[in-house]
Amino acid sequence: MAEFALPKHSKIVKGIDYPINSQAKNTKKINVYRWSPDDDENPRIDSYTIDLDHCGPMVLDALIKIKQEIDSSLTFRRSCREGICGSCSMNIDGTNTLACLKSIDEVKGDINIYPLPHMEVIKDLVPDLSKAYEQLTSVKPWLQSKSDPEKGKSRKQSPKEREKIDGLWECVLCFSCSTSCPSYWWNGDKYLGPAVLLQAYRWIADSRDENTEQRLEELEDSFKLYRCHTIMNCTKTCPKGLNPAKAIGEIKKLQLERR
Amino acid sequence: MSEYEIVDHEHDVVVVGAGGAGLRATLGMVSGGLKTACITKVFPTRSHTVAAQGGIGAALNNMGENDSWQFHMYDTVKGSDWLGDQDAIEYMCKEAIPSVTELENFGVPFSRTEDGEVYQRPFGGHTLDYGKKMARRACAAADRTGHAILHTLYQQCLKYQAEFFVEYIALDLLMDDNGKCVGVLALCMDDGKIHRFRGHQTVLATGGYGRVYFSCTSAHTCTGDGNAMVLRAGLPLQDMEFVQFHPTGVYGAGVLITEGSRGEGGYLTNSEGERFMERYAPTAKDLASRDVVSRSMTIEINEGRGVGPNKDHIFMHLEHIDPATLQMRLPGISETAKIFCGVDVTKEPIPVLPTVHYNMGGIPTNYHGEVVTRKGNDQDAVVSGLMAIGEAACVSVHGANRLGTNSLLDIVVFGRAAAQRALKTVEKGSAHAPLPKRVTDKILARLDKVRHSNGDVSVGEVRNSMQNAMQKHAAVFRSNTSMKEGVEKVDTISKGMDNIGIKDRSMIFNTDLVEALELENLMQQAIITMKSADQRKESRGAHSHEDYPERDDKNWMKHTIMWLNDKNKTKLDYRDVHLNTLTNEVASIPPAARVY
Repeated sequence: MAEFALPKHSKIVKGIDYPINSQAKNTKKINVYRWSPDDDENPRIDSYTIDLDHCGPMVLDALIKIKQEIDSSLTFRRSCREGICGSCSMNIDGTNTLACLKSIDEVKGDINIYPLPHMEVIKDLVPDLSKAYEQLTSVKPWLQSKSDPEKGKSRKQSPKEREKIDGLWECVLCFSCSTSCPSYWWNGDKYLGPAVLLQAYRWIADSRDENTEQRLEELEDSFKLYRCHTIMNCTKTCPKGLNPAKAIGEIKKLQLERR
Repeated sequence: MSEYEIVDHEHDVVVVGAGGAGLRATLGMVSGGLKTACITKVFPTRSHTVAAQGGIGAALNNMGENDSWQFHMYDTVKGSDWLGDQDAIEYMCKEAIPSVTELENFGVPFSRTEDGEVYQRPFGGHTLDYGKKMARRACAAADRTGHAILHTLYQQCLKYQAEFFVEYIALDLLMDDNGKCVGVLALCMDDGKIHRFRGHQTVLATGGYGRVYFSCTSAHTCTGDGNAMVLRAGLPLQDMEFVQFHPTGVYGAGVLITEGSRGEGGYLTNSEGERFMERYAPTAKDLASRDVVSRSMTIEINEGRGVGPNKDHIFMHLEHIDPATLQMRLPGISETAKIFCGVDVTKEPIPVLPTVHYNMGGIPTNYHGEVVTRKGNDQDAVVSGLMAIGEAACVSVHGANRLGTNSLLDIVVFGRAAAQRALKTVEKGSAHAPLPKRVTDKILARLDKVRHSNGDVSVGEVRNSMQNAMQKHAAVFRSNTSMKEGVEKVDTISKGMDNIGIKDRSMIFNTDLVEALELENLMQQAIITMKSADQRKESRGAHSHEDYPERDDKNWMKHTIMWLNDKNKTKLDYRDVHLNTLTNEVASIPPAARVY
């Protein structure tokens, strides 16, 4: 029998417990994944108990409070704090979402926070997304047209045509969906994943884009597209309420029609 | 400084920042053949442009109202309370039309009218026929116009294979002995290496500094890093006393509810259920300029007519609007209201409060985007090698108060203008002169000091004190006493920077260090903002002085410019407002009383 070892740094150990010093009544324990690239230690879970009476309502508010008042070395990405920039995607209470849109009250018991699953970790809650960004570039996510618009004029698009890209263009590229997908976990190097396929379909569905055939041709690949097995985690987890699984389904339908 | 590994890069142009302005400039430069580096502290689509909601102003006249760029210009000059430079405003309003059409051609998913044109909605301060009635001029992609534009510009940059340096924080400008900017030094967060970017033009597109306040609509990353770099390079910032309060930030959370919601028919009420804006602005009502609406709301609250248990906010109503229209035109803010205040906008009003939103002030530039300063009698002396665009810049097209939709316009028009200028002035591939080592060493010494800081005050504590002082003393209404106190407080708080300590000593993704550097940047701007406010003895646009309630054109129709030395001491001077227009296609708009 071959022996398999777990990859380096995959075993998580118990970390530091930061109890609360005050007489606060309304407290919550937040357990956070920590990993530093600077030493050879395994990742650990640090636990911070915070006073919810002096904290904003969202999980991001809790993380900022911890960083500001308890442990400034805690590392995570954040920017807009209103769910439009897509920076603070992470796994909270077992689900990938944006920390700024996830209400603390929604979580029963302790809040467990991990980085987006199955991505390389740079530090603590910061995943390396460079591969996902490369995949985005690979689908040529820009308007491609053979005809130039009339000089100095907008292209025309009817409200009906424009409606076809609703639910597609609003994606904030947080990659909550791709990193919730077992197929992407397994074949993330070759399968494009729901976030990028949603972007691919955004251009296929845009009446102004004239390169649909070429786009479909490039997606006709057992890995790039067909590793989607309609598991639907993507749609379930999307913090913006979008439906990447449907977009992938639409691409598959168009592929059938081409045959 | 051997501790830091330095990686050298040579480009024709270096753009710092990848929001709408930085990306539009990068796109224009790369597509024009300039070797361009775009350095950004967040992945481009995370920049704060993404949060702009309501629309981008351009007199496309898609709604068949005989709109024209001259009307747009008039509204902008009036909105600026005659502190805007009319040559630059003419340029912006005229170039708005091709610039926005280009955006559509790039692929921006604008909402559409029945005949397939870009949809336009009414917005505050935008009128037809010099104030006679409200104009539909804001080109919108539902209520996510900034997202639509930012993502499209990023996509276009990908198309042209622009070179991005993502999650690099710019530390300081590289200035040679002649005061010329020759590039920028940056820290790569991913691996902690120092990168020295050389460019014949360095373009600062680093955005505003809303985070100098406690409550703002701005992202956490809006720390005005470029503004602070300019101060440290020995150059002044302009009109920093003018800070815009957006009338409708969500009470408590501070997140933005677009003015477009009033454009679609929303209105404000006080505790008596009165539509009070009808009293303050009989014609424009809820669509008066932002400074006017924010002041009116503050007066209502101060006079005891606020809503809620503490009578400390105002209601905004959308529940009378057809739910289908809300779904089509305002889906984003419907979602925001639900998430951040549990309000169903089809049934109940949103609790709102004027919230810090935009910095009219910034790095003084001309309408090409070139940074200018005052040298003796020359008020428009160009600083060689340095440009600034977007919210970081003060062109000045917004003067004392910016109109809604003019910020998205500003970033696109002047990002484009900066690229056009660089294509004219930069010789592609030309050599870079050697740079003395001490220029880099000085910047690294500053970094090193912060990185090893081990005082007993946290970055969070100092930042809180600064934000609270600014919130209190540089507010919607200001007075001599309050501002004097504010100047003293900020001065004391800034000394706390000497005692800060950070915990993370790592060079890899050290956000503890980055936040300390950002705090230093914010603090320098807080000093300038407070002092610039304190010295302006009049009321104009966003600067409402209780001791001097009138605009004073005779003494104060001038731009404040202020320098800061390394001891945090300021130096004050002024530049004249450009009342002249750019061409003879339009006449200068003479100062008049501002009535909406």
